Amino acid sequence: MMSIPYFPGCTLSTQARDYDSSARAVARALGFELVELTDWQCCGATFPLTLDDSMALIAPTRVLYQAQQSGERVVTLCAICFHVLRRAQALLARDRAMLERINWFTGQEYQGVRVVHFLEILRDEIGWEALRAHVRCPISMRLAPYYGCLLLRPHNEIGLDDPEQPTILHDLLRTLGAEVVDFPYSIECCGSYLTVKDPRISETLALEIVASARESGAQAIVTACPLCQFNLTYPQRNSDGIPILYFTQLMAEALGLSGLGEVR
Amino acid sequence: MRIVISADKIHSDFVRQIEESSGQLLLACNQCGKCSAGCPVVAAMDLLPNQVIRLAQLGMEEVLESNTLWLCASCLTCVTRCPKGVDLPRLMEALRVIALRRGVTKLDLSALPPELLKALPQLAIVGGYRKYVK
Repeated sequence: MMSIPYFPGCTLSTQARDYDSSARAVARALGFELVELTDWQCCGATFPLTLDDSMALIAPTRVLYQAQQSGERVVTLCAICFHVLRRAQALLARDRAMLERINWFTGQEYQGVRVVHFLEILRDEIGWEALRAHVRCPISMRLAPYYGCLLLRPHNEIGLDDPEQPTILHDLLRTLGAEVVDFPYSIECCGSYLTVKDPRISETLALEIVASARESGAQAIVTACPLCQFNLTYPQRNSDGIPILYFTQLMAEALGLSGLGEVR
Repeated sequence: MRIVISADKIHSDFVRQIEESSGQLLLACNQCGKCSAGCPVVAAMDLLPNQVIRLAQLGMEEVLESNTLWLCASCLTCVTRCPKGVDLPRLMEALRVIALRRGVTKLDLSALPPELLKALPQLAIVGGYRKYVK
């Protein structure tokens, strides 16, 4: 069985365990093993946007170094970890001086590693047709694919899909048998970290996204990000809501891996 | 509000610091407003995102008082759409960092409803501390 080094990150090891466990099971069913890095730490959860903030690059560079010990690439699931690590990887590949500065500070010789998202493995290495052959219990639901921000933007460094009209989640969900619902808030921001500073504002954003998906007929929203999952779920606590599911939970259902895709 | 525009301010250290820290040229922005049109948080902001750039272009440090800097969620919608290739989230972060280095702190977890605090995922707290505290 092919094995791929895997960085879960803080939230998939705690609050978003169902994302982690469903992905591991799906990977095994598809013939590869997600092998957790033996020693890892938090990626920092934000990519520094100023050029003079090398401190904030230390955490992601340590993770990249830890990944380098395991091979030439590392797979992530959390959209935020993916974003931070992919951008750090890109920055350190083009900015030699910064790379040397961070390596000098950490005392670790980071050289380069490729950060990939689990979705890219599904699309680019397994392929939708091959995946379709594994579907045993097609999903009979109307689903709204929700991409959010960090999985897509900025396009020049992330490059996972079209930043304005992405299709990767659409294609995956159709492959699983679901009916895909297009809705106008599919790439809109959930409020991100505002949830710890101005929760009322992020709740307003989130409820607009959920309302838009429901008006379009969706029975659930599908995400790849644990912060989107939280931000869209929590504001629905006092009302009849629709579930916000990780794409791997739907995959586990579709592949017949009983119990793993269950909606909590 | 009385506004004083001067060449000294336009060529001030404040402007240079923003440009160096963000790697962006402030005058590259021609104020088309596309960033503000697509910003998901704009309804809660006291200045439109393009107005923040305008004040920064003029070297007006009053811009640091705006809530817009702290409401920008770095969602990167604006940079995807800017016809001039201005990376506005980098400008917003440069302004936040200047304010934070002057001693401003924008995060108070104890002010959050306890049930929210209990429910928050780890990455929201880590990210919050990185964005709003120095």
